[in-house]
Amino acid sequence: MKQNKMIKIFIMGKAYQVPAGLTIMDAMEYAGYRFIRGAGCRSGFCGACATIYRKAGEYRFEFALACQEMVEEGIHLAQLPFTPAPRAGYILDDLDASENVLLQYYPEIACCVSCNTCTKACPQDIEVMDYIQAALRGDIKQVTELSFDCIQCGLCSMRCPADIKHYHVAQLARRLYAKSASPTPQHLKDRIKEIEAGKFSDELEELTTMNLDELKERYAARQIEPTT
Amino acid sequence: MKGIAYFPGCSLKETAKDFEISAIAVMDALGIPLIELKRWNCCGTVFSLTSDDLMHHIASVRNLIRAQEMESPEVVVLCSMCFNTLKRVSLRVNRDEESLTKINAFMNKELDYAGEVEVKHLLEILRDRIGWEQVSEKVIHPLDGVSIAAYYGCTLVRPHEVGIDDTETPTVLQEMIESLGATAVSFPFQTECCGSYQIVDRRDLVINRSYRILSSAQRAGAQVLITACPLCQYNLDEAQTELAERLPDYTSIPVLYFTQAIALALGVEAGTIPDLLAESLVGQEIPKKEETTR
Ligand code: SF4
Ligand code: SF4
Ligand code: FES
Repeated sequence: MKQNKMIKIFIMGKAYQVPAGLTIMDAMEYAGYRFIRGAGCRSGFCGACATIYRKAGEYRFEFALACQEMVEEGIHLAQLPFTPAPRAGYILDDLDASENVLLQYYPEIACCVSCNTCTKACPQDIEVMDYIQAALRGDIKQVTELSFDCIQCGLCSMRCPADIKHYHVAQLARRLYAKSASPTPQHLKDRIKEIEAGKFSDELEELTTMNLDELKERYAARQIEPTT
Repeated sequence: MKGIAYFPGCSLKETAKDFEISAIAVMDALGIPLIELKRWNCCGTVFSLTSDDLMHHIASVRNLIRAQEMESPEVVVLCSMCFNTLKRVSLRVNRDEESLTKINAFMNKELDYAGEVEVKHLLEILRDRIGWEQVSEKVIHPLDGVSIAAYYGCTLVRPHEVGIDDTETPTVLQEMIESLGATAVSFPFQTECCGSYQIVDRRDLVINRSYRILSSAQRAGAQVLITACPLCQYNLDEAQTELAERLPDYTSIPVLYFTQAIALALGVEAGTIPDLLAESLVGQEIPKKEETTR
């Protein structure tokens, strides 16, 4: 394999040489960092790897998923292992999809100043500000549609000057919408029946009674989605 | 663009749907359809009096940019509160190079605001562009014999530089009422504040103020009261529910959006009309509200 040319990057202020063409996550691992938190699927789906960086010569910060964004010469990196955002407690069955339910559980959405910072932070290119604005006027359907691709990485909430916890608001909206406006799909009904009839009981029983070493072995040998 | 760029605001999609329904029907009938901005956000609700606090003007500016995106030199507003906020922000930042530079730098990677969009209230379009005579010509159900009080509240006429009419003795609503064949009722409290947001934590204050407004209008002979503000409408109606319980002699009157009165006269969709009013217009066919979905 042809060796990529080496570039200089900075991780938490310290310089490293890494091959060009790596993702932020791979570059940090190449430099010797080990991800205990803040990494999951490694393919842009799970939202665990939110990261902040700055390109050489820029003063603005940029935001991305570390498993998706490529490093470049002179880039400054850090990792954000977790977003400590609170989620409101609710019993979905007790809630109506009324116009002010989102405001009731997340009153801070009324503090949105429409700066659009959340939208600029979103690695999924979601119109985050627009869904918060839709939430403000109680339009649950629009919040659902606009936020559908949210992977709950938390970057929007890390940036918001009004301290809004966007992805939790959107999740409540989607749950309400699913509950009230969209019919339960047949395949879901079928699967629930199968589960109740014991389709997975034996396998589950096997796993829960297995000894720890056997379990570790099984885990190590599991099939993982191949990385490219 | 046939028609005029239109900013609805949150209330018109929520508690004040009748305001929007009737306004859309009226403007269709008058040949200048309202074209809703493709995207919009809350106006900002109240104009920040710390006028160099540009951050709190961004919400309004963003809506002005949406009008600019539609290549519209103006944007029309129905809710008088949104109108007040948007217009004050436009007066604050339009043609102010220094503020525009800061705002545009802050908004980075988005379309710059050129500082040129004019904010208009729908009443200005009706009065200055269409004219009351034109409105009169389209009337098919004259509101003969109905006495309508013109209630302005604050945000339509204050402060002076934003107001669409004289601050102390405005006449635009009375002119509108007369053009529909109804009798316009002027009354001493027509530009008094209803108490506005105080409804949240000083309910009695709002009830008292509303009582003064409503009883003054009724003493002057009003059977109906019209407004351009969803919050005034809400406060006055809330007050009436409570007044009806507290004061055995109190008789409620319908509080309508001005566009509902026009819609009734033009025979177009007017939203929900209180039975009370339907009765006082006996013999006239009230257009029924269609089921609206969202
Ligand atoms: S909306 Fe927020 S949490 Fe969801 S993907 Fe975008 S930045 Fe991440
Ligand atoms: S970052 Fe916060 S305040 Fe700014 S637009 Fe998004 S939700 Fe509103
Ligand atoms: S690790 Fe799952 S999105 Fe990056």
